[in-house]
Amino acid sequence: MRSRRLLALGLAVGSLLGIGLYARRGTSQERIDLYFADGSLVSLHGDSPQAAVLLAHAREALRAAGA
Amino acid sequence: MTEPLDELIEISSQIDAAVLFDSAGKVIASTLPEDRAARLASSARALFEEAGRAGEGDPTQVEAATVAGSLFVVSDGKNLIAASTSPEPTAGLVFYDLKSTLRAAAKPEPKPKAKPKPKPRAPAKKNAKP
Repeated sequence: MRSRRLLALGLAVGSLLGIGLYARRGTSQERIDLYFADGSLVSLHGDSPQAAVLLAHAREALRAAGA
Repeated sequence: MTEPLDELIEISSQIDAAVLFDSAGKVIASTLPEDRAARLASSARALFEEAGRAGEGDPTQVEAATVAGSLFVVSDGKNLIAASTSPEPTAGLVFYDLKSTLRAAAKPEPKPKAKPKPKPRAPAKKNAKP
């Protein structure tokens, strides 16, 4: 009986950990790439404060597009 | 919907929706209904302007990758085009198609050829009988 409880608890903790890691993976995929006329590229990671404003506009645009 | 965007949707399987607009945000052509096209153009324009402040100088093209999908914005200095795709698209191909569409939209439409004027008929010869 006790081992079953431990197993259930282990599964629950593992699931929560998995969800957390998956959510974190999703956030880390977000980024902004800026391409300039001289061929240079600036990539802003999704976690940066500069990207946060740009990503808010992008999400609104994607909502309008029905994505 | 205008011809360049028709072609864009036809050739690019990655693009879900697109809108062509001027630097003031006025929609020129779109694959979306009017109200959604205006919202997409407004947000894409705000993103592009903000991107100019975030980077060093004005960008010519921007990709915003989110979990829900990606938004691409390309400018030719006069007009802009914005397109949405599903997550993780092939960015190079999408940018190429968008730039081609912008170029096609910037070309003036060919003038229809003027019809040649009909030649005036020669006056009928009268048979002068003696």
